[in-house]
Amino acid sequence: MAYLDHAATTPMLPEALDAYAAAAREIGNPSSLHAAGRGARRLVEESRERIAAVIGARPSEVIFTGGGTEADNLATKGIFWARRDEDPTRLRVVASSVEHHAVLDAVDWLGRHEGAEVTHLPVDDAGRVDPEEFAGLVRAHGEQIAVVSVQWANNEVGTVQPIPELAALASAAGIPFHTDAVQAVGQVPVDFAESGVAALTLTGHKLGGPVGVGALVLGRDVSCTPLLHGGGQERDVRSGTLDTPGVVAFAVAVETSVRARLEYADRVTALRDELVRRVLATVPDAIYNGDPERRLPGNAHFSFPGCEGDALLLLLDAQGIYCSTGSACSAGVAQPSHVLLAMGADDARARSSLRFSLGHDSTEADLDALLAALPGAVERARRAGAWKTPR
Amino acid sequence: MRVLAAMSGGVDSAVAAARAKEAGHDVTGVHLALARNPQTYRTGARGCCTLEDSRDARRAADVIGIPFYVWDMADEFHASVVDDFVEEYAAGRTPNPCLRCNEKIKFEAVLDRAVALGFDAVVTGHHARLGADGLLRRSVDLAKDQSYVLAVLTREQLDRAMFPLGDWTKDRVRAEAAARGLAVADKPDSHDICFIADGDTRGFLEGRLGSAPGDIVDGRSGEKLGTHNGAYGYTIGQRKGLNLRVPAADGRPRYVLSITPVTNTVTVGPREDLEVDTVTATRPIWHEASGDVRCEVQLRAHGDVVPASVTVSEGNLTARLETPARGIAAGQAIVAYRPDPGGDIVLGSATITAGTRESAHA
Repeated sequence: MAYLDHAATTPMLPEALDAYAAAAREIGNPSSLHAAGRGARRLVEESRERIAAVIGARPSEVIFTGGGTEADNLATKGIFWARRDEDPTRLRVVASSVEHHAVLDAVDWLGRHEGAEVTHLPVDDAGRVDPEEFAGLVRAHGEQIAVVSVQWANNEVGTVQPIPELAALASAAGIPFHTDAVQAVGQVPVDFAESGVAALTLTGHKLGGPVGVGALVLGRDVSCTPLLHGGGQERDVRSGTLDTPGVVAFAVAVETSVRARLEYADRVTALRDELVRRVLATVPDAIYNGDPERRLPGNAHFSFPGCEGDALLLLLDAQGIYCSTGSACSAGVAQPSHVLLAMGADDARARSSLRFSLGHDSTEADLDALLAALPGAVERARRAGAWKTPR
Repeated sequence: MRVLAAMSGGVDSAVAAARAKEAGHDVTGVHLALARNPQTYRTGARGCCTLEDSRDARRAADVIGIPFYVWDMADEFHASVVDDFVEEYAAGRTPNPCLRCNEKIKFEAVLDRAVALGFDAVVTGHHARLGADGLLRRSVDLAKDQSYVLAVLTREQLDRAMFPLGDWTKDRVRAEAAARGLAVADKPDSHDICFIADGDTRGFLEGRLGSAPGDIVDGRSGEKLGTHNGAYGYTIGQRKGLNLRVPAADGRPRYVLSITPVTNTVTVGPREDLEVDTVTATRPIWHEASGDVRCEVQLRAHGDVVPASVTVSEGNLTARLETPARGIAAGQAIVAYRPDPGGDIVLGSATITAGTRESAHA
């Protein structure tokens, strides 16, 4: 078995798992006033501080959520609503065209139901947003822009965006800037205060923590209307009883992965580069997608001309190689990746793509297993044809 | 063998996949997404193309313990089945879309892709028997028998098909599904045409073909008896819904005898004029030697069989019926069977082009 799908979810770090199990044995609602509640609250607040410390934020800026999707929805919708309340003509929402669907679909929803005017920022053939283009947009529409959302790093092709540069442009115009950094934390340097963003999403299960817990780091001065109303937890921005063991394990995973980042990045980048070299040596016409330099350490994304990504996935799965086409699913049917299409790829190339993503537990043996299976799978998939290409 | 199980989300294909795995095959489940917009197809437990069906299929695959994927066949399905359905009606014929789906989708597009990917066969939950002798036979459960819509398959297609349910009645299949812990055990059978959401075929065709008023005429006198909004809305043998202004001279009911797209005319007449004793058909799939073959023929889905002698030559099939049949529509399949205690054997099939009356009325 070779697990090459860390961008989908990572195995839990042993220390995070231990912390989870220990906290799950304790009783207590962090909102309760008695000793059990105080015990739980202490665990939650220590976790908040640990995350804040390694992410360059103040503890009060960390708002726990049920994961990345919720944090993205809270940031885009919540900040839009709050900014529109301040000025009813402020209706423009800006997002890059390569965002995860948690941002893209939330923003589209605002367009369809809340009167938002949505602008998608284009990207170049490496998947990068052009700061000049964004600067032009801010100059033209600055007054009307309610919120901007650009991911720190792309989940499919791994391209890292120039976030501090973009955030500075937004900040100069008084526009709150959100970034989805679920793929970036623990992989590349991420510092909330230094980056100048107003809001930042991170999540547990992409960095060795549990699924179902994440956070929106939200600047103290940023107004955000809640999605969830109730008990008023988390600065009144996110009601709901906190998941104490989840939060504790999340914090351990964030702290561990951020502290280990340099060593991790060196090792995994080297392993990734070797994977890329070996894949291109084995399948010479494969196309290495994304930005070769400004990219997540563990990400290797290819198009295999003449193949369906779906077919390759099926054939590799049958040999115990786990990877992803990286594309979104609608009605269970694989659509051509919107990321590849935004990068200028045609339908056939977008459908022929496959993502291998490495993580803390990846080894040389995983590469050997992949390279043993890949040539046969590519040959087979080619024979099956690019069946979805226009006839 | 490496076997691809086409899983609709219904009970039959789930049990078929489970049985293939139990027989020792390396089985992979695939659900075919056929609807371009799942919301426009039949919902609930009736079709095979909805999101819910896809989830049911995936759940069944998980219980059986096999890999599961969704293959997007919407474009192929639309081109080969839906468009064909509309074109056939526009040409005055009565197509069978289920048959067409087996021929062009399940055992062509899917099978070809499966073979290219290294699979040896496609297994489905059809109720028909396909034994080691390679002969296609009716199911044990005659009420559920689907050999009629599979008879279009060629020898090469049959060689790569597996129908593990043919020896089982539907009741036993359901019981087996329940015993295997498959939640689809009680799922109702699918009916009708999956891509016509409300079951209103005439409305569906009107939406595609538009309204095209024309005459309804008497087949014997040529007299105009009424008008219609589109000849595609009629089927040979149809009696209801003709709305004729002029009563028949003899006061007896009239039936649709023929549909002529060129003149946009629907011809009607008395019941006896529907009777045919000779059926000609095209594109035969024939597993027997040529020459005159005494057999039984079935002329529509779920129709009765008629004794006949069948000749196949030069891309045509001619059947001389021993007793006249009524309501024979061009576009339907004629399927020839040889009665057999082990299940009637499919000898071949072809697409009906015409039914005629050669002998004088009795």
